[in-house]
Amino acid sequence: MFISYLLSGISLGAIYALIALGYTMVYGIAKMLNFAHGDVIMVGGYIAFTISVTLGADGWIALLGSIIFCTLLGITIERVAYKPLRGASKLSVLITAIGVSYLLQNVALLIFGSASRNFQALIVVPSVEIGSVTIPGNTILTIGVSVVIMIVLTLFINKSSAGSAMLAVSEDKGAAQLMGVNVNKTISLTFAIGSGLAAVAGILMCTQYPNIGPYTGQMPGIKAFIAAVFGGIGSIPGAMLGGIAIGVIENLSKAYISTQLSDAITFAILIIMLLVKPTGILGKKLNEKV
Amino acid sequence: MALLEVKDLEVSYGVIKAIKGISFEVNRGEIIALIGANGAGKTTTLHAISGLIPIAGGSIEFDGKDLAKVPAHERVMHGMAQVPEGRRIFSQLSVWKNLMLGAYTRKDKDGIEKDLEEVFHRFPRLKERRGQIAGTLSGGEQQMLAMGRALMSKPAIMLMDEPSMGLSPLLVTEIFDIIKSINESGTTVLLVEQNARKALAIANRAYVLETGRIILSGDADKLMNDDSVRKAYLGES
Repeated sequence: MFISYLLSGISLGAIYALIALGYTMVYGIAKMLNFAHGDVIMVGGYIAFTISVTLGADGWIALLGSIIFCTLLGITIERVAYKPLRGASKLSVLITAIGVSYLLQNVALLIFGSASRNFQALIVVPSVEIGSVTIPGNTILTIGVSVVIMIVLTLFINKSSAGSAMLAVSEDKGAAQLMGVNVNKTISLTFAIGSGLAAVAGILMCTQYPNIGPYTGQMPGIKAFIAAVFGGIGSIPGAMLGGIAIGVIENLSKAYISTQLSDAITFAILIIMLLVKPTGILGKKLNEKV
Repeated sequence: MALLEVKDLEVSYGVIKAIKGISFEVNRGEIIALIGANGAGKTTTLHAISGLIPIAGGSIEFDGKDLAKVPAHERVMHGMAQVPEGRRIFSQLSVWKNLMLGAYTRKDKDGIEKDLEEVFHRFPRLKERRGQIAGTLSGGEQQMLAMGRALMSKPAIMLMDEPSMGLSPLLVTEIFDIIKSINESGTTVLLVEQNARKALAIANRAYVLETGRIILSGDADKLMNDDSVRKAYLGES
């Protein structure tokens, strides 16, 4: 049993990790907490729902459409809501992000109503039996997709020129500009990638927990944020590790301690983490050299 | 025609005017020193030239082109590189990656490879440490990395901000020798320094800044012998 709890924890954690990547990349590069990020997941879910159920298209088309839509949405949110605030106080940006979050939720409420919609699995993967353990297809799909995305993302950041630009901007915007890096473009790209990943996370989540409502993004958004902080906000491997850790902790507490208390346990772990190691598992202490 | 021509430049921070209308020019092949005390506006002037801060008045022409509408990140492509104050290397990235970011706007792979070899030739220590995380380098090595990084963009002009800051006297001499040799291989240099003696020793001409105004200018060796300069900036009485 333990193995299957662990696997479903990893699979849940992989979803958190995908969302956490968006939080952490945006934080690293734009130095802001994009609290509307969780709601992009919800938008991704609704778009996939609309394409697959209302329009009756294939699951993969729904996935692709949802990624494209969320990517554009992320760019638009940054351009319209956050870009005018560059250089403004962090509090103004944070409050704006909360505003954007409510805006997305309420637009979804207007269009789709408050009742949650049931999802049919977009993509069906057969389950696999290894010895006495049955691994559900969803778990395989989620873990597989997440692993591929994380590898591609890591390669992109470390090998491509745009990835170098992102690393440079996250460390020193001014110096990056002196290298010829277009900071605005780099921030846009970061929002695009983060939102695209949120769409993927949204769809994987809806495949595992098949219903969606206007507030579906909130809780996973918060947990992914915890995952990002847990792993060390601003650190990409940290977000991956933090996501998986939070997913596993949540699932194992549900299985062995209490279903009701599992969220409390997750949040308590964040508090302990912040007390013991405020920079997170892989977070770097900012060392300033004069 | 001058490579860099600054006319009546004004820069403000809010209501405070940091630069109150200065004009100077840098000709191709020269080393020009901008000297002055802390707070005179030297770094502000360099940041205005590289576009990191907006100008409030006047104009900056580079290679015959008005830079008013050219954003900071595009100025690199026009042949301008800055070695910023405090070096500002990317401390979490490797030495190699820092150098490659210097060549960020370039597309000519062979040229980049060739210039990388040249930088490694000029700074052998960077070659030894190419895989090392830049934040772990010593201060002098970081200064060399910042200079190498700037050279990787193949600049026509290098803007250098306080390269001697925080370095031992021995290293300062080494850094100034390097600046001179960079200049000799064809790069124009605009040098901002508090260490007026060292700066004047390698510069062709110099401008003395005081609270946002140029109060004195001329050939470096003349300024070196000017009484007021000797008193105020060379620590002699």
